[in-house]
Amino acid sequence: MRTLRDLKTGESSRVVKLHGEGAVKRRIMDMGITRGVEVYVRKLAPLGDPIELTVRGYELSIRKADAENIEIE
Amino acid sequence: MDIRIALAGNPDCGKTTLFNSLTGARQYVGNWPGVTVEKKEGKLKNHNDVTITDLPGIYSLSPYTLEEVVARNYLVGERPDVILNIVDGTNLERNLYLSTQLMELGIPVVVAINMMDVVHKNGDKIDTRELGRALGCPVLEISALNSEGTMEAAEAAIKAAKGGSFVPMHTFSGSVEHTIAHIEEAAVHALPEPQQRWYAIKLFERDEKVMEQLKLSDTVLSHIESDIAAIEAELDDDAEAIITNERYVYIGELVKACYRKKSAGKMSTSDKIDTVITNRILALPIFVAVMWLVYTISIGTIGDWTVGFMNDTLFGEWIIPGVTAALEGWGVADWLVSLVADGIIGGVGAVLGFVPQMLILFILLAMLEDCGYMARVAFIMDRIFRKFGLSGKSFIPMLVATGCGVPGIMASRTIEQDRDRKMTIMTTGFIPCGAKMPIVGLIAGALFGGSSWVATAAYFIGVGAVIVSGIILKKTRAFAGDPAPFVMELPAYHSPVASNVLRATWERGWSFIKRAGTVILAASVIIWVLNSLSFEGGFHYITEEMGGASILEVLGSFIAVLFVPLGFGNWQAAVATVLGLVAKEEVVGVFGSLSSMADADLAFELVDAADSVGLAVIGQEFFGGSKLAAFSFLIFNLLCAPCFAAMGAIKREMNNGKWTWFAIGYMCVFAYAISLIVYQLGLLVGGVFTVWTAVAVAVLLVLVYLLLRRNPYEKLN
Repeated sequence: MRTLRDLKTGESSRVVKLHGEGAVKRRIMDMGITRGVEVYVRKLAPLGDPIELTVRGYELSIRKADAENIEIE
Repeated sequence: MDIRIALAGNPDCGKTTLFNSLTGARQYVGNWPGVTVEKKEGKLKNHNDVTITDLPGIYSLSPYTLEEVVARNYLVGERPDVILNIVDGTNLERNLYLSTQLMELGIPVVVAINMMDVVHKNGDKIDTRELGRALGCPVLEISALNSEGTMEAAEAAIKAAKGGSFVPMHTFSGSVEHTIAHIEEAAVHALPEPQQRWYAIKLFERDEKVMEQLKLSDTVLSHIESDIAAIEAELDDDAEAIITNERYVYIGELVKACYRKKSAGKMSTSDKIDTVITNRILALPIFVAVMWLVYTISIGTIGDWTVGFMNDTLFGEWIIPGVTAALEGWGVADWLVSLVADGIIGGVGAVLGFVPQMLILFILLAMLEDCGYMARVAFIMDRIFRKFGLSGKSFIPMLVATGCGVPGIMASRTIEQDRDRKMTIMTTGFIPCGAKMPIVGLIAGALFGGSSWVATAAYFIGVGAVIVSGIILKKTRAFAGDPAPFVMELPAYHSPVASNVLRATWERGWSFIKRAGTVILAASVIIWVLNSLSFEGGFHYITEEMGGASILEVLGSFIAVLFVPLGFGNWQAAVATVLGLVAKEEVVGVFGSLSSMADADLAFELVDAADSVGLAVIGQEFFGGSKLAAFSFLIFNLLCAPCFAAMGAIKREMNNGKWTWFAIGYMCVFAYAISLIVYQLGLLVGGVFTVWTAVAVAVLLVLVYLLLRRNPYEKLN
C-alpha cells in the first residue's frame, strides 16, 4: 500500500482511501482529504516533520504518522 | 421582535473582522459555559433588538473538538433565528463544507462570501447568483476588511430570520438518502420537523453525543445500526467517511459551476512569502530572528524599561510615597497607612507593573497571529514539543516566561487545543523568570562563591521540569483521550488589521487587570495581615516600639516542619517562601531583613553586586553553610507555586477553579518531590541514611515509573 508518507516534496497523487478511525481521521476528512482528491506535497518542516500539503486550493499541515493512514494511488 | 444572529465560519475567514464591523464597540466578551472557549456577543449597529453571537471558528460540526461541540450545542440547543455563514471567497471549497452542515440544521442561513476584494484582485469570478440558487439561500459578496457589504449581509440575515425555517437543497446519493429516510422514520420523527434531518444525519454518522442525547431504545438502535452497516458494506467505507465524501463531491460540482479561477498555477504573494519563510534552510534562522525580536522588544529593552518604570518609579517613587504622605498628613493611623500603601498598593502595584509589558507582548503576538506566522511557528516546532504532550505553539509561552511567567501563561491563549493549552499553562511556570533570578543570585553568592553554574542549573531544572511534567501528565487521566490531531491549516499571509490587533490586546490586558483587582488584591491583603499583626503580648500591629512575632512567623514555624526533610526547616526560610508568593524576588528581601544584617535593601544590593563575601552571612545563618540545603531551597522556590500574579494568570486562562488548584497543587508537589530527592540523595552520597532517604528513593522510583510506564489511556490500534 502506497501512502501519503511515501510521496516526496513536489510530488502529487490522488487519495484512494483513508485508514484509521476516530477524531484524527474525521479531522483529516473534514479538512478536505477525501477519496479521489488530489494532494500535492509542498514542503517538509525544517525538522523533518510535519509535512505541508496543498489540497483543495489551500495549505494544510499534517504529521507523517497521520499521513501513513492516507492511502494513495 | 428580538432577533438572534449566529455568526459561523472557518477559522481565519475574517469572522472577527466582520463581527467587529457589525457591532462596533458594543461587545460583551465572556466564556462559553464551563469551557475556556471565548464567547463574544454584541448588538448590531443601529439595531438594539438584534444580537449577534460570534461562534468559535470551526471547520465542521463534528463531535471531536471543543470549539465544534460548543458551536453545535449553541446552534442545536439555543436555535438562533438565523445563521450568518461567513465564507472565505479565496478558499471556497473547504469553507462551503461547513455551510452544507449548517444548512441541515433547519435554521435560515445567509452566506456572506468574504475577501471579495482579494478574489477580484486575483481576477477570479464567483457567480453568487448561481450559488444562491443552488444552495437555496441568499448569498452576498462582502469585504469585512473594508466594511463593504457587511451591513447588507446583516440586513439579509434579519430578513431571512423573519422568513421561518429552512430546507436544505443539497442531497446525498440515492442509497444514502434512503438510509437517512429510514433513520428519520425510526428514530427522530418525534422531533420538530426542521430539526429531523440534522439528527438523522448525525445518527447515520454514529455521532456519540447525539446518540446519548436522544436516548434511543436498544431495538431502535440495532435497527438503525443494521441499516448503516448495510450501506457501509455497499459503498465499502465507514458512515462518517461516506457523508464527508458526498459533501465534498457535492461542493466540487457546485464550485465547478459557480467559480472561475483566472490563472491556475501562478504563485500568489502569500506563496512567495512562504517559500522563503518556511524554506527548509531559512526557516530556522528566520524563526530565531522573529523570536529574538519578540523577546527583545517585550522582555528585553522596552518591556524591561516599562516594568522598571512602573515598579520603581510610578509605584515606588510616586504613588506609594505620595499616598503614604497624604494619609499621614490626614492623621490616619499607622497601621492603616501601611495596609493601604504596603499591603494593597504594594501588592496590586507589583502585579500591575507588568501590564504595559504584557500589552506590548500581546500586540506582538496578535500581529503574529493575525498575519499567519503563528501557524508556521507550530509547524516548525511541532516535532520537538509534541514529545512532551505540548504543542508547537507552546514555544512562545515558554520563551516569554524566561522574562516573566505572567505574560507567558497568558500567551498560551494562542493554542487552540484545550489539552495542549492546559498542559502549557501548567508547565510554563517552571521556567525560571526574571524575578527568580535574584534568588538564584542569592544562593549562588551565599554558598557557591557566586559560581555561574547555579544559574545554568536553574535553567536546566526549569526546562527539565517542563519535559518531565509533560511526559508524566500526558499519561494521566486528566489528559487522557485521543491525542489532539495536528491537522492544521496554514492560512495565507496577510498584513495584520490594526483594529483587530488592538482589540485583542486590550481584551487580554483588561481581563488580567480585572484579575489583579480581585484575587490578587485579596491575597495581598491577607499576606499583609499575616505579616504585620502579632498575637504576642496581646493582638497588635507590629511597630518599632511594640514588636513580637508576626502571625506569619508563627505560621512559618509550623510550616517549617514540612521543610525539615528538604534541609531548610527553619521559620525564616518558610516565611521567605510564603512571601515569595507575592513576588519571587521578595525572598531576597526577607532573608536580608531576618538575618543579622537586618536590612532587606542591603541584601538586594549584595545580590546585584554578586558579593559572595557579604552574602555568606545568609548562607551561614539559614542553611548552616550547607550547599545541599541551599540548593534544595533554590529548587523548591524555582518550581513551587508561582507568584500571585502568575496564579491570577493561571486562573484567567484555565477559567476553572478546579484546574487552577490542580495546576498550583501539582507544581508544589512536584517541587517538593524534586527537592526531597536532591537533598536526601545528596546526604546519602555523604553517607547519611535516615528514614527520609528511603522515602526519597521511593519518590524517585515512583517518578521514574510515571515517566517510563506505558500510557494506560493510549488507544491500542
